[in-house]
Amino acid sequence: MAEVILTVNTEIGLKVEADVITPDTFAGKNKSEIEALLVWQGPKQFPISAFFDVEGDAGASAEDTSIVIKGDSARVKRISEKMTAGKITVEGSVSMHVGSQMIGGEILVKGDADSWAGMEMVGGLLHIEGNANDHVGCAYRGKWIGMSGGRIVIDGNANNNLGGGISGGEIIVGGNVGHYTGIRQNGGLIAVKGNAIRAVAAEMTAGTMVVNGTIERFSPGFEYVTNESDLKFDDIECPGEFMKFLGDNAITKRPKGTLYVNQDANMNL
Amino acid sequence: MAGTIVIKNGYVYDPLNEVNGEQQDIFIKDGVVVSELSAADMKDAKIIDATGKTVMPGGVDSHTHIAGAKVNVGRMMRPEDGYKATLAKTDITHSGSGETVPSVYMEGYEYSKMGYTTAFEAAVPPMEARHTHEEMRSIPMLDMGGYLVLGNNWFMMRYLKEGDVDRAAAYVAWMMRTHKTYGIKCVNPGGVENWGWGKNVSSLDEANMHFEISPREIIDGLTEVNEMLGMPMSLHLHANNLGHPGCYETTKESLGISSKTKAKQNMAVDWAETKIDASRDQSVYLTHMQFNAFAGTSWRDFESGVKPLADYINNADHVVIDSGCVPFGEATCMTGDGPSIHDVAVLTGGKWSNTDVELECGSGVCPFTYLKSNPVHSTQWAMGLECLLLIDDPWKTIMTTDSPNGGPFTKYPLVMTWLMSEKFRDQTFSECHKWANDRSTLGGVDREMSLYDLAILTRANTAKTIGMAHRKGSFGIGADGDVTVYDIDPTKIDTREYSDLINKFSTAEYTIKGGEVVCHDGEITMIPDKRTYYTDVSVPDANEKEMLKDVQEWFRYYSHGFNHYPTPEKYLVNPTAIKANMEQ
Repeated sequence: MAEVILTVNTEIGLKVEADVITPDTFAGKNKSEIEALLVWQGPKQFPISAFFDVEGDAGASAEDTSIVIKGDSARVKRISEKMTAGKITVEGSVSMHVGSQMIGGEILVKGDADSWAGMEMVGGLLHIEGNANDHVGCAYRGKWIGMSGGRIVIDGNANNNLGGGISGGEIIVGGNVGHYTGIRQNGGLIAVKGNAIRAVAAEMTAGTMVVNGTIERFSPGFEYVTNESDLKFDDIECPGEFMKFLGDNAITKRPKGTLYVNQDANMNL
Repeated sequence: MAGTIVIKNGYVYDPLNEVNGEQQDIFIKDGVVVSELSAADMKDAKIIDATGKTVMPGGVDSHTHIAGAKVNVGRMMRPEDGYKATLAKTDITHSGSGETVPSVYMEGYEYSKMGYTTAFEAAVPPMEARHTHEEMRSIPMLDMGGYLVLGNNWFMMRYLKEGDVDRAAAYVAWMMRTHKTYGIKCVNPGGVENWGWGKNVSSLDEANMHFEISPREIIDGLTEVNEMLGMPMSLHLHANNLGHPGCYETTKESLGISSKTKAKQNMAVDWAETKIDASRDQSVYLTHMQFNAFAGTSWRDFESGVKPLADYINNADHVVIDSGCVPFGEATCMTGDGPSIHDVAVLTGGKWSNTDVELECGSGVCPFTYLKSNPVHSTQWAMGLECLLLIDDPWKTIMTTDSPNGGPFTKYPLVMTWLMSEKFRDQTFSECHKWANDRSTLGGVDREMSLYDLAILTRANTAKTIGMAHRKGSFGIGADGDVTVYDIDPTKIDTREYSDLINKFSTAEYTIKGGEVVCHDGEITMIPDKRTYYTDVSVPDANEKEMLKDVQEWFRYYSHGFNHYPTPEKYLVNPTAIKANMEQ
């Protein structure tokens, strides 16, 4: 696999919109061709080389191309948007829309990700080792279908509206989540190891949500069914004793959404 | 010299002059078509070599929703419509976004890229006329006008109920001038007013609750008033029961109402020279026929009712229709027919907006996605094409998608190609639900339209039907110098290679407006001047005086004052009045 290393060479002011940083766009291009690719900053376009030093040539195809981003990339938006194959490794943090509408391949962010990570993702793997902000794997504003396939793994915490409108794929959060996790969930799996604040799985119609920690304010439209222990969804394991709920009755008469809540952490329910 | 250009040696399609693909030169001087240019003019003229290419008059859209309150509601309620369809600014153009409800600038650019130079907004609620004009003046590249929604208007219903046709006519004339609008639009007559009380009307003889007038009487009265006034366009009808299985019967009956009134267009304009009489023949222009042609009794036995309607229209000479085709994909349903949009919103379970426009009308907006996997949607796709292919005389048909109700206008190239290529239709049949074939007659149709037919459906007949053929839709001497050059060699067309046709229709090689190249290969090269047309129709002073007394008396029911009601000319770019009924 050919490796292209991008190193941030300047302090970035206005955020840079770099949807060209994908293995798909880089494929078949050499160092100087990559340097000439255009990114937006505000109303103007600049070559990638205005913000990054480029080392190495890309592979012949996206599958054969690995991109490594070094330096302070926390003000770079839309990295790997719509990527279909190959690999991107970000050593630091990223701004909004990393892996947005991603179709395949693999993204590893070693730092944090700002909002809209994996928005409407279709396939592939997005792994964020730090924290993520709002709207991870969510539908865009005004839309009700979010992530439909692939997997998002967040080792740290995520903020609000994680997995909004998710219809397929999996999101696994190692830490805590904010408000409205899995709002309008209609498929797929969301597993939260830590705590959630409120409106968990609100307006859910299908799919599965697991919360291993404490839910501060439980959604009212859910009906207790039974207890189950040591959950397993393919390779995703959730050990412990869980209360199983069906919902959200507030949105549909025959809800097919399943919400598992750790019993020990939610003794008030 | 500005606006002086020669388009040399192209294959010209100019149906109003019966020019069918002959190689000709088109001369334009100062923005107007002329028979030839003097040697001195030739020296300064821009020359375009159109050898081996198709040349048509600039495209004219007679029914589209691109300006006004409901379009803007669509934009506001659909942020998701914008983020995947974006357009960057250039030195001379604005940025824009939106697939089904684009921002105003983008609307103009997108039309121009397809070779269109004229578009008429299909529904202007009187109270929203100012807003509509504010948007129309911001839409670049297009000459425009708008149709005034009058089928549920309190004053209209009252006058027609009382049988006071003179005052009804005086009211229409005053309203056209007051709101700078162009023609009479009638949407679900009687039904929308009932919708203010959560009701609709289900038959042509069911009287409106409060005005006790039936849809039949409203259609009859508006047709009569329209022809009394000699309006440029005939009554523009969106029939009752639209979108309900079985509605084709109501539509057929509705069309029958206007058959007894003769078309009497009476405009004081200079006519471009055309071989065919370019004045209109029809007394009713039915819009989005597809949505008015549902058969069956429920969604389970839903089927196309286009065939019986087309049979009727084939034997009638007072009807023109536009199709309201469904090219699949994203759409935003928006209409003055509030109750029908409510039914759509109940089906989708999604977002819905509804507005009651005081004494005048109503409207609704609802996002919609037409899926090839859906049996009803697939049938609707077939029905839209049936509307255009089962009616034998192309001069009775106009190609539209009722943009953005059936799909956005940017998908016209798909519709044009389906009409030209049976192979493309067969390909789509193979991709969509089998109902498309089982519940319509389209599968048995082998008609393939020619470029000449398409020039009728998108230029000549649109202009003729709405009364703009005195300057649009032809290369007659004196016509506006609007031209589309497609990179299509008619001698080499292979309709089996349909994707090539789609691309060529999507991006005209040249769009020329008023003799200036405004778009070349999809790139906007110039922002031309534009005009806004409205109808200035005369009625006897005495009638107007009496009518105004009534209007002022009832104005207390409005939420705003009488003085704020009119739309002044300053809201229009190059306001261009078309005078009608001058003998009065």
